Amino acid sequence: MKNSIKNIEAIVIGGSAGSFPIICAILEALPHDFNIPILLSLHRLKNIRHGFKEALSIKSKNKVLEPSDKHKIKQNEILLAPSNYHMYIELNKSISLSTEEVINNSRPSIDLTFDSASYVYKSKLLAILLSGANKDGALGMYNAHKRGSYTIVQDPLDCTIDTMTKSALSLTEVNEILNVNEIKQLILSLYKGK
Amino acid sequence: MTEIELKDIKKITDVINSRYGIDFGNYALSSFKRRIKRIMDLQNIKSVDSIINNLETSTLYFKEFLSEITVNVTEMFRDPTFWLALRDDILIPLLNNRDEIRIWHAGCSSGEEVYSMAILLNVIGKQNKVTIYASDIDEKIINKAKNKTYSNKNMELNASNFNEIYPDDNLLNYFQEKDEKFTLKEEFTQNITFKKHNLVSDDAFSKFDIILCRNVLIYFNQQLQNNVLKKLTSGLFKGGVLCIGSKESLIWCEDINQYQEINREEKIFRKIQD
Repeated sequence: MKNSIKNIEAIVIGGSAGSFPIICAILEALPHDFNIPILLSLHRLKNIRHGFKEALSIKSKNKVLEPSDKHKIKQNEILLAPSNYHMYIELNKSISLSTEEVINNSRPSIDLTFDSASYVYKSKLLAILLSGANKDGALGMYNAHKRGSYTIVQDPLDCTIDTMTKSALSLTEVNEILNVNEIKQLILSLYKGK
Repeated sequence: MTEIELKDIKKITDVINSRYGIDFGNYALSSFKRRIKRIMDLQNIKSVDSIINNLETSTLYFKEFLSEITVNVTEMFRDPTFWLALRDDILIPLLNNRDEIRIWHAGCSSGEEVYSMAILLNVIGKQNKVTIYASDIDEKIINKAKNKTYSNKNMELNASNFNEIYPDDNLLNYFQEKDEKFTLKEEFTQNITFKKHNLVSDDAFSKFDIILCRNVLIYFNQQLQNNVLKKLTSGLFKGGVLCIGSKESLIWCEDINQYQEINREEKIFRKIQD
């Protein structure tokens, strides 16, 4: 199966330590009418429910939401996995949350979001894994790539902490290894192409 | 990667329903699928057909399966801000005016939320006024809850949540330590009754002043959430209070008009009409 970047219907981004400024830069670059949903599965402090969404929203032209369970995904939304919950995507393109076991010490777990998003969107998903300090996301990238999603890993040389991206690259092939600027340009090119 | 397909899940839920009378058909699909995968990994089972075969032939296996398929990950005083709101806005005003109230923990799992309530009530000096019922579908986990004993590792998080509510107190004072495990002291476990109960198929078994059903509905699909909420509504006195998880929502439920939102952030609702 040849993974292609055509017809992307959703973008899922995973990140941990060192990914916050990158997400901010990506969100800042997006036009206000960017019409592909962005699902963010980012490691965060578990008992701090407030502040993260707000911090991500500061420079973003689009509002960042922490969806409730069963939230229906809309085209122009940026959805952030809430603290202390895993975030799944269901076949009817809605969000399911869960308090299941932590995976790689993480809840939300990037593996889990990538796995369910790629099951639903298959080749119409763009999956991006950024800087981080553990191996969460590697298995998720592997599953996404196998299901035909277009997969991008941030260049380990470009990462503040490269454990996460290196783990993914040792487990799976990906479509591209890019630096932050290139990732931003690629996402923006999806908008222009519409 | 072996993909677990929808038809596999249907086969599993069908066999459980016909053999054991428990209907998982309306559980949220993604987490149900993930838990099947987890069971296969834990038990080193290679195919869905082996699970089905085990389920068909062994009741003992089914009990194990039930404990794994239901989510039993919880913590004491999860979302400390919720407990603060519950204490100050609901429990204290209610207990100042009443001699007796009844609380139901629906989906109590290993008991952390139940004992959080018991400890909180004790701290505010009202434990003797409250009767607590706690229910779960899984007998094994109910026995664990009754055992009221928690590992060292879990107590760290429990204690740190508790300190968000009571910075000068120590949760460990309420427990007895033995072999790196912590057992809740007897005096905090009075007036608590555990009960096997399936929210999907059983009706509410009594009427209550407060029902806590937090992070249980998330494992159900929208239709089942709606059905279960009806049961919770019927189990509440008029004026009673319903608490759901911080990211759960009632907006899809038919009964929503019977409720008034008391605290949007902490998901506390009051039943305003029968």
